[in-house]
Amino acid sequence: MVDFGFTLVPSSRINLDLFDKEKYEELVSMEPDVRICMACGSCTAVCTAGKFVHTSLREAMEDIFNAKTDNALESLRACQLCGKCAMVCPRGINTRHLIMSITKVYSKK
Amino acid sequence: MTPLAYILAAQAADPEVIDRIPSGFSAFVLPFTIGVAFMFSWIGVGLIRLLAAIPKSDRIKFAKSLFIPKTALKNIKDLFCDCLFHTKIWQRKPLLGYMHSAIAFGWFMIIILGHIEVALFVPARLNVARGGLFYPIFYRYFVWMNPGHTTLRGAFFFFLMDFFLLYILSGIALAIFKRFRSIVLGMRHTTKPSLADRVALYSLWLIFPLRLLAESFTADLSGGSFLTVPVNHFWHFLFGDKLWFMPCWWAYSICLGLFFAAMPFSRYMHILTEVLWILLRNAGVEPHHPRKGVAEAEIYACSSCGLCLDACPMNVQKKNLKYSSVYFIRFLRRHNEKKINAIADKCLMCDKCHALCPVGVNAPSLRRAQRATVNNALPYDYSYLSTVGATATSASTLGRATASLRSAPPLASQSEAPVPPLTVPRVAWVAPAKVLPEATNKVLYFAGCMTHLTPRIIKSVEKVFKTAGVDYVFADRDGGICCGRPLMLAGKTEAAAAVIEANKKMIEESGCDTLVLSCPICYKIFKEEYHLEGIKVVHYTQFINDLIISGKLPVQETDRKLVYHDPCELGRGCGVYYEPRAALKRCGTLVKASKEYDESICCGGSLGSLTLDTKDRSKISEASLDSLLANDPQTIVTACPLCLKTFSEAVSNSKNRDINVTVKDFAEVVCP
Repeated sequence: MVDFGFTLVPSSRINLDLFDKEKYEELVSMEPDVRICMACGSCTAVCTAGKFVHTSLREAMEDIFNAKTDNALESLRACQLCGKCAMVCPRGINTRHLIMSITKVYSKK
Repeated sequence: MTPLAYILAAQAADPEVIDRIPSGFSAFVLPFTIGVAFMFSWIGVGLIRLLAAIPKSDRIKFAKSLFIPKTALKNIKDLFCDCLFHTKIWQRKPLLGYMHSAIAFGWFMIIILGHIEVALFVPARLNVARGGLFYPIFYRYFVWMNPGHTTLRGAFFFFLMDFFLLYILSGIALAIFKRFRSIVLGMRHTTKPSLADRVALYSLWLIFPLRLLAESFTADLSGGSFLTVPVNHFWHFLFGDKLWFMPCWWAYSICLGLFFAAMPFSRYMHILTEVLWILLRNAGVEPHHPRKGVAEAEIYACSSCGLCLDACPMNVQKKNLKYSSVYFIRFLRRHNEKKINAIADKCLMCDKCHALCPVGVNAPSLRRAQRATVNNALPYDYSYLSTVGATATSASTLGRATASLRSAPPLASQSEAPVPPLTVPRVAWVAPAKVLPEATNKVLYFAGCMTHLTPRIIKSVEKVFKTAGVDYVFADRDGGICCGRPLMLAGKTEAAAAVIEANKKMIEESGCDTLVLSCPICYKIFKEEYHLEGIKVVHYTQFINDLIISGKLPVQETDRKLVYHDPCELGRGCGVYYEPRAALKRCGTLVKASKEYDESICCGGSLGSLTLDTKDRSKISEASLDSLLANDPQTIVTACPLCLKTFSEAVSNSKNRDINVTVKDFAEVVCP
């Protein structure tokens, strides 16, 4: 077949019925700071890994609330845990532990 | 002096000591014998299991180390200083040192002297089959002094035995006092004893008073000296001519038996395991697992003394006491996984407990090993690291980042590396590596992540380099990758190795011969894990101090009062205490903090802790700040971007409105 260079765009539909409350509660019990994030994106702005590949804690948080946990893991897999995000977070979130907790909770199927 | 031959002959005829019980046995020795036999078999089995659990290469290393003269000498020195005299405790807390060494050294001497006495006077009884296990311990019970035949030699041993008994008793008295008022001996917090600890502790308290009681009851029969004889007279005065001494010997034996039976489950196991740990430690064998092999010797060597409780910066809040190293090790012994992980994750990894530990138990490294058992398996994808290392080749992309280095041609050999379409090459980071002009005698400056968030450090370091005329290359001017230490601290060892490999490649290709780092976190891992052949890795405090000494960097002396904060990773982590202070002394008046050098308090910003939240961290910062402000300095100087940021925030958030102090980086002070 001739390749015209067009592909299907993956669905961007958000289905909040898929939100896994149990896993989210598990995440909260591991790192209570998850509740206080205000999605300012400072973490993403300073991210070391973000300079090379797409890495964003802000998006990962949003993806978790939108029940797209695979995307969340994708946004964090390049993280080097350097801790710059923790230094700039205006809410004082323990971002390194948050990232590790997200990976721990959502990477087990 | 009487010739030895004469003494021996005289003894054969009229012995000084009469072995009064021909069988050499009495039922009261049973509790002690059972207890001590149980303890030794426990230790024997444990030792075999431990040696079987360590890798063969480590076992060979350990066996070899025992015969290398240098290590052997160090072993002997450490065994005496750490196990018997407790010099490390003496140096910090003399009264506590006296207490520990009185019990340890005194007891050791009593056991040794008891055996010497038996060897001299009734040598046949040293044989295990004839009671060698218990005879020297209960020597005074089994013998009679032959009246009228006592010699100076016998009296000398009586004196020594009484002297060391008194020495121990003074230590025990202090120990009992310490249970109620530990602060007098210099300890604010003490460990909460477990059940086995209590059994062993109370029997230990009783052992020596009971020994005094038992020996003084028999002192008129079996001899004694300045302590036991007067006490014996007192008993005679109180109870009349006939003393009924059996209960005392029974009680003494039961207490000893209880102590030894409880020993393997209590903190007192350290008395023997400490020896093994010191040998392993000096052999350079390191634990690979938080619980198995060498780590087992390490955790059983912990004496649970609780010196780490006062050391831990987290313990400014009483609720954090449970996260201290002593409890971490206690739960490791008990295999309590849930608690172990909670404690392991909380720690700031400031290494202070390790630095102050009298036995040198490296709890932070055990914590890291524990974190690795949980976190090492977490998924990650660093494939981009290998591509970023090779992409910065197309000459056009070099321009922006390396404007200052434009004169240098890019290396041709790199041009065949394909540019991956999805990754944006961070030329700046790789570029210096490719464009180094003469590739020798070059200084490479690596700022690291944290320094990039505190650009004032970069600015002042560059100013120093320019003032001193240092020909340098800025490795990560436009942002680099992490050094790997934070991953290491989080227990993601394999991920750290990937990051290290990428950085190492960049540095080795740069052809530099000196690598200057402005972040102690980077410095520690570059120094310890990178193994950069032929490249000198220095922290900028060391580098700048050398510049000042060689006269390349002129400094102006001011009358400002400075105080220097030792960053954990730089001071305790890498042992750099001297250079920053030497340089600062030339720039102003350096005043003391209340806790400094290896006792310096973590600023609270440490990357080591995984779960400590902001509130708790700010409490630690306050405590650290208080310690620094002890002598009213005008400027707090630190040499770590993380400390700089934490202290800046702590000063501005401080409730104490009166404090008028600025927080500055080392380079800013040296070259304002």
